[in-house]
Amino acid sequence: MTVQILIAGFGGQGILFLGKLLAYKALIEGRELSWLPSYGPEMRGGTASCSVTISTEPVGSPIITNPDILIAMNLPSLDRYEGSVKPGGMIFTDSSLIERPVARTDVKAFAVPATRMAVEMGAPNLANMIILGNLMKQCPDLVPYENVGEALAKVVSAKHPEMAEVNLRAIKTGFGL
Amino acid sequence: MSEKVLMKGNEAIAEAAIRSGCRFYFGYPITPQTELAAYMARRMPKIGGVFLQAESEIAAINMVYGVAGTGKRVMTSSSSPGVSLKQEGISYLAGADLPAVIVNVQRGGPGLGGIQPSQSDYFQATKGGGHGDYHLIVLTPDSVQEMADLTGLAFDLADRYRVPAMILADGTMGQMMEPVVLPPERDAAVADKPWAVTGTENKRPHNIINSLYLAPDVLEKTNDERYARYAEIQAKEARWESWMMDDAEYGIVAFGIAARVAKNAVTHLRQNGIKAGLIRPITVWPFPTSAVTGACARVRAMVSVELSMGQMIEDVRLAAEGRCPVTLCSRSGGMIPEPQQIIACVERLAKGGK
Repeated sequence: MTVQILIAGFGGQGILFLGKLLAYKALIEGRELSWLPSYGPEMRGGTASCSVTISTEPVGSPIITNPDILIAMNLPSLDRYEGSVKPGGMIFTDSSLIERPVARTDVKAFAVPATRMAVEMGAPNLANMIILGNLMKQCPDLVPYENVGEALAKVVSAKHPEMAEVNLRAIKTGFGL
Repeated sequence: MSEKVLMKGNEAIAEAAIRSGCRFYFGYPITPQTELAAYMARRMPKIGGVFLQAESEIAAINMVYGVAGTGKRVMTSSSSPGVSLKQEGISYLAGADLPAVIVNVQRGGPGLGGIQPSQSDYFQATKGGGHGDYHLIVLTPDSVQEMADLTGLAFDLADRYRVPAMILADGTMGQMMEPVVLPPERDAAVADKPWAVTGTENKRPHNIINSLYLAPDVLEKTNDERYARYAEIQAKEARWESWMMDDAEYGIVAFGIAARVAKNAVTHLRQNGIKAGLIRPITVWPFPTSAVTGACARVRAMVSVELSMGQMIEDVRLAAEGRCPVTLCSRSGGMIPEPQQIIACVERLAKGGK
């Protein structure tokens, strides 16, 4: 089993953070994985993307051309990558920021009003964790909910350990707990 | 000890260097290798080591020259334009027979080029780069694990042969995170370096670190002596991975990120009934010539997959010795070949095309 996940959005939306959390989850579960960020001169407000491959086999190329799962956090990302998703794949969108629905009919689309949900729970920057919670719900074999706290502890900055709790709350909200 | 941790390739090199006994790092920031310098800046002061951000790449490589003369393990790192600046110092290191490790996390060129991954410094790394007759030992990791493992090996080989060694990586290898088992902590004693300048205590003649020989016959002798060591390195230290080559009818030669993409292509080609295989050089100097020569006698064609306009292909052609056609499949400027491009190239060859 090899699953390729492409996460894309604006810089500052926590694209790389979400990817790192998926990577640590896979590490804790003893899977093979690779995490590859886009890197460029652009930062906050520019485009950011992150390619995460999770596999039971050693990972070949870490570069993802046709993802199994696309997480699009803004419209330019959906416009750019929608066509690249494998038939039968999944697309998660932040429907608070992306007004149009997913046009593809050969993929499973999950429109999550992540930014609105994040604002409502008082953590407006954690739309990424809301989407992750939803992904965990839809793909329990790929990203099981168990150990999420352990993975969060690895990714959250040592200077702000209290953020782990807030992130966990956002994941739970996205999961529907 | 066997615990897997997640790290960027750049960070894995830094931590592996420290665990291999490197306590001196000199560098200057440049994308996409800056995490390596940043890691050294954090760690070195805590373990009694030296991190120094030099005023330029040229200053950094000359600081490396200074420390290497004392026999201590020392490293510098940069990316393509910065490594060009270091070439004079690298030639001096080679001329003075000093061991050191230089990391090049390549980006697209020439000139300032771009910041996306590339392998277009192959010629510079393997054919000299600086002036004069010399070689570096050049190691090409294709995973974060190898970024760590080959760093330790680079220090060992550099010390053993008194030849500077280079880790030739690329932006993908530097930026990506993968699980890595870090090497155990080692103490790199200088006792086996009788040539080092460590103070004579009036008990022995002076050691002199120098690359200036005005008498041509003496200079020629130093070159002959060094090339005898190069011959030994070529005989003993060529490393490569042979993957699916036993029954392969079409061979791919690729290193680093290109090899990772090529593996995907080989898997796909075999599912479609085309017997493809991969030779992945782990050292590009010395180039695994015997492995490629042997394979060229068995395959119908060989494909060199590179992130350049075609540099390694010259070594593949030399190794092929005309035994089979050699084709280039590459992207440049920071672009990375997709598996589909490699698959199409091999399929074209299988149909009798070029």
